Amino acid sequence: MKTKKIGGIIFFIITILIYIVLYFINKQLFFHSLLYFWHIFLKLFYILLIVFFFIFITNLFLKPKTIIRYLGKGSGIKGWIISIVAGIISMGSIYLWYPMLKDMKEKGMSEGLIAVFLYNRAVKIPILPVMIYYFGWIFVAFLTFFMVLFSIFLGIIMDRSSVL
Amino acid sequence: MEKNRVAGAARKAFFAFLEMLPLLLSILLLVSLFITLVPKSLYVKIFTKNTALDSIVGAILGSVSAGQPVTSYIIGGELLKAGVSLIAVTSFIISWVTVGIIQLPAECYYLGKRFGFLRNFLSFIFAIVISLLVVLCLRFV
Repeated sequence: MKTKKIGGIIFFIITILIYIVLYFINKQLFFHSLLYFWHIFLKLFYILLIVFFFIFITNLFLKPKTIIRYLGKGSGIKGWIISIVAGIISMGSIYLWYPMLKDMKEKGMSEGLIAVFLYNRAVKIPILPVMIYYFGWIFVAFLTFFMVLFSIFLGIIMDRSSVL
Repeated sequence: MEKNRVAGAARKAFFAFLEMLPLLLSILLLVSLFITLVPKSLYVKIFTKNTALDSIVGAILGSVSAGQPVTSYIIGGELLKAGVSLIAVTSFIISWVTVGIIQLPAECYYLGKRFGFLRNFLSFIFAIVISLLVVLCLRFV
């Protein structure tokens, strides 16, 4: 977690350095880029506040790590639904989830459910306002629907292939 | 007890947001530079407006990239504004999270080689199929 935090700051410092170099090389490009940045930032600012609120609600009510513990052997249809929901609400780096999924696999969680969980990590409710801002809610609704649907197809194929 | 839970969740959300901020600002700054620097004619060369080809190119670019999904929305959204086709952008944002070439060694290590390769391969194909379906559905709305 600490490495990730430092990584973000280092990345930000490098970006600032790039801009400083750019200022001395091409002032016009520097100001144009900065203006473009300011334009996007202002538009995104309010949406980011909504994102913050959604992260807060997720942290308050949903605990994906607790939910995923119910995904053992023979979890049936309930298991599929929980995998989808847990994938959607899961946060943080994927590297933090691999050890836990390995542990769950050893405890009987099927490969299909793991695949469903990993696929649904692409559907992120807290940051949907950003997606709606750029692409519109109809696009987001279709995309979310197909993502969840195809995650089930993926899970079925993964389960079938694991018994072959 | 309840008050502590709310305060804990607020603190966690605040730090998660704070952690996201330097990366988000960097991405916004770099995307701004990229959009200003790269002429629109270059996108036309890479993205040919050929539906199938654009979705494949988008999926490849998303597969080799990694990071927060929000980053892919911003990059994708700005590319869309710059003239890149919706189908390419859609397959790009789907594969950004569902396909992880960079994470593949870790995925194989924890969940097995067969699982890692098959899941990523299928996710790549699905990114193309879903992008086609989404754009097709939007035409009827």
